[in-house]
Amino acid sequence: MQRVCTKILSIVGNVLAVRAEGVAYEELAQVSTQHGSSFAQVIRLDKDMVYLQAFQGSRGISTGNEIKFLGHPMRVGFSSNLLGRIFNGSGEPRDGGPSLSDNMIEVAGPVVNPAKRIIPSNMIRTNIPMIDLFNSLVESQKLPIFSVSGEPYNELLARIALQAEVDLIILGGIGLKYDQYMYFKSTLEEGGALSRSIFFIHTASDPIVEGLMVPDMCLAVAEKFALDGKKTLVLLSDMTNFADALKEMAITMEQVPSNRGYPGDLYSQLASRYEKAVDFEGAGSITVLAVTTMPGDDITHPVPDNTGYITEGQFYLRNGRIEPFGSLSRLKQLVNKNTREDHRAIMDGMIQLYAQYKDTEEKRAMGFRMSDWDNKLLKYGKLFEDNMMDLKVNIPLEKALDNGWKILAGCFDPHETNFRTELVDKFWPR
Amino acid sequence: MTKHKGEIIAINGNMIQVRFKGDIIQNEVGYVIKENQRLKSEVIKIEGDIAFLQVFEITKGMKVGDKIEFSDKMLSVQLGPGLLSQIYDGLQNPLPELAAKFGFFLPIGVELNAISLTKKWKFKPYAKKGESVIAGSVLGHVHEGIFKHKIMVPFYMMDEYIIDDIALEDDYTVEHTITKIKDREGKTFNVAMAFDWPVKIPITAYKEKLAPAEPLSTRIRVIDTFFPVAKGGTYCIPGPFGAGKTVLQQLTSRYAEIDIVIIAACGERAGEVVETLREFPKLKDPRTGKVLMDRTIIICNTSSMPVAARESSVYTAATIAEYYRQMGLNVLLLADSTSRWAQAMREISGRLEEIPGEEAYPAYLESRIAQFYERSGIVKLHDGSVGSLTIGGTVSPAGGSFEEPVTQATLKVTGAFHGLSRDRADARKFPSVDPLESWSKYRSAIPQELVDSAKQILFKGDQVGQMMKVVGEEGTSAEDFESYLKSEFLDAVYIQQNGFDPVDSATSTERQEYIFTFLVKAILEREFLIKDKQQARQLFYNLRQIFIDWNYATWNTQQFKQQQEKIESLLKEESYAKSMH
Repeated sequence: MQRVCTKILSIVGNVLAVRAEGVAYEELAQVSTQHGSSFAQVIRLDKDMVYLQAFQGSRGISTGNEIKFLGHPMRVGFSSNLLGRIFNGSGEPRDGGPSLSDNMIEVAGPVVNPAKRIIPSNMIRTNIPMIDLFNSLVESQKLPIFSVSGEPYNELLARIALQAEVDLIILGGIGLKYDQYMYFKSTLEEGGALSRSIFFIHTASDPIVEGLMVPDMCLAVAEKFALDGKKTLVLLSDMTNFADALKEMAITMEQVPSNRGYPGDLYSQLASRYEKAVDFEGAGSITVLAVTTMPGDDITHPVPDNTGYITEGQFYLRNGRIEPFGSLSRLKQLVNKNTREDHRAIMDGMIQLYAQYKDTEEKRAMGFRMSDWDNKLLKYGKLFEDNMMDLKVNIPLEKALDNGWKILAGCFDPHETNFRTELVDKFWPR
Repeated sequence: MTKHKGEIIAINGNMIQVRFKGDIIQNEVGYVIKENQRLKSEVIKIEGDIAFLQVFEITKGMKVGDKIEFSDKMLSVQLGPGLLSQIYDGLQNPLPELAAKFGFFLPIGVELNAISLTKKWKFKPYAKKGESVIAGSVLGHVHEGIFKHKIMVPFYMMDEYIIDDIALEDDYTVEHTITKIKDREGKTFNVAMAFDWPVKIPITAYKEKLAPAEPLSTRIRVIDTFFPVAKGGTYCIPGPFGAGKTVLQQLTSRYAEIDIVIIAACGERAGEVVETLREFPKLKDPRTGKVLMDRTIIICNTSSMPVAARESSVYTAATIAEYYRQMGLNVLLLADSTSRWAQAMREISGRLEEIPGEEAYPAYLESRIAQFYERSGIVKLHDGSVGSLTIGGTVSPAGGSFEEPVTQATLKVTGAFHGLSRDRADARKFPSVDPLESWSKYRSAIPQELVDSAKQILFKGDQVGQMMKVVGEEGTSAEDFESYLKSEFLDAVYIQQNGFDPVDSATSTERQEYIFTFLVKAILEREFLIKDKQQARQLFYNLRQIFIDWNYATWNTQQFKQQQEKIESLLKEESYAKSMH
């Protein structure tokens, strides 16, 4: 049953209010204006008043425009025809191809039963030592990349997408700059990965509310493919824009803000998206990598802060390098025990020494005399940064481990490091 | 009894407004009737003929005009044999059974029995006909795994009763009447093994509450030695993300010397529960020889599950914990994370349009947190036995700042504070409990003078470390430098503990006392008389290496003794070298 309203009672921000009956919560509606039609979603019901958020924004909407309730919530098409396609934030084609109409699935579907989850056990190799060696990426993990604007986070995402062994890449752009969108497209095209990619792109010039649906659409499609046995990698850039869109909506709806204007349910909103990352027993998986830009490089800002509590670690991108401090893969313990016996020891030992190097570097900068030990640390720090941290380094894990021992042996005596004697006996280069 | 009905008039997120007829109860459960689904919800505010309900499911697709059926019951959990080793959602639906019936995804509007109604338990009666009983009196027991699960007079029976009839020793289902009791007026009540209890009301069917005194051994060195927890006490673990709160909770749930562990995974990652869920059925409990799952109950309402159920989940966990305490058992409730629970309260308060307090948390935040922790305690029961409930909650402070409302409200009411530090976590020093900031009001199992002596070294070492950043190593006196090296050493070999090593991950109280006494007496309180800083550093590095290997050696084995001898001989060499100067 389709119901039509022709009288819009109020337009505040991106929220429209109409009088209608029999409307379901979160139902989708179509708004027809002289500039074309767009979608809106029910966000509040109060007796016969219906409040809708207009995805294209409220600009140009007349109080006399027609609102048609579609009788279903937000949906997205799902079929193998999606591969290689590009859509916008409302799920409409952006590449001139046909629009999706068959096999529609609801977005933001039910939650996976925790009892059906399995312990992830597959490492996703990226050939980036700061990831593979120090913070291994694991299939079904959800990890954000924390960075300030201007860092090469999209380049890092694209590189991981190309090098990771996955069946399917789904890119969700939220407030993505147009040139970055083109960059993703051309990089994946050159790498021959476009035919196994699906793009849902909301660019910086599109109305901000439209970006709200992008993560849900990406994840709904990913979930279907994963249930079909596909290893899926979902890339989202940038989730701070998503949170800002939430903030805008919350303030328009006069919700009490909790922290810097963000709504009190920011944590739950972000979690319901990130928690879609899963490894289905006997089927495929969803791994989520998302960019979270930190305004003012402030990790205590509500968006990175809430994200950090939800995700299974984070990669901290700073000065074009993945920082060893602050970066963390919580699932690494599940995979790095099965790689090589020295993996964990090198991982911890090298970072501890690098932390000491940082202290020494501080002392040196303040003009203190350097002891022998300090000089050893300084040498070590330089080697570590050049051979491990530099994003140009592109080597498999085992090579990175060997390099680690070489760096250590080039700077220290075994007993100055913190390694167990049996590992030193076996791996220390002599 | 006729059940009252109502009709939805407004929907906002997970909050619905309902116009109702007749009388309803605050915190009563209502069901939204949606085709063949019944969506559970709870009354949280009543204004005239309009009730505000929080819905425990997603509200997508609900309409104004949808019908509500009230249940005439407050939100309750089912108590009885069969709770142990279960995995529940925040409303006590068994998740594995849901998975078996509905597959990968959680169904909407489905309620299952929390405990099996068909399984038979061998009931052994204690009580005799004619005996006088009150709420909480023990009638008999069944064997639930390794525990004697006591069958008690339901806690809601408010009078004194006489046993009229009690079943013979035999196998019964939980709903079978095992006892008939009579009140003074001669009215008879049937008592079964299982009964319901509203989650938001603490169980107080005991004689008196005692003061917590006996230390609880978590087998985590920094906690047991420096910042101990008492049986029946409370503690909190605030820490920024990535500082290792959950890992610390997981280690505690594994190694703590306690009868029953209840894990409330409240609004955190599903993945973390999965590790517990999949590994506990395989891991052996060294105390009993049975698998850990046999002593564990998991209440799991992870971050993407409905928020209202998250609010209830900590109460569900506390109620089940109190129930087992009534049997004279020592129970540990681990809530991870209480901040998510507080945030759930905040979301609901926001939807109710209440006047917000600090950071938009409701004004009653502090009292709710206090009420929750106050459900802990060591109690003397009617039969003279003693049971305890210890509550440990993690706090996830926004921005990692302990100044925020949830941390502050929690610190006021807990007996120990294990503050985790990001700096320590970044430097891979685990557990990242900050030894300078944390505190405990409980007594340690280790002699206090040793602990104080070690703490002094830590404070001194930290001061010297700060100073050295300004004046450099060369500007530091030999004595100060020695303190610095000692504090670094103490941190590396004792405070830090490798949670992934089979031996080092759990240190018994006995072993802690032994190595700590040695550490303080033989190394920390010894004067080294440093001449050359470089040489002193080398000595401490060598000591550290041997000591860490000592930590990896199994308690009281040949290897354990050898490592100690190695340390002793190194110390002897050092004093020999000194006397030569």
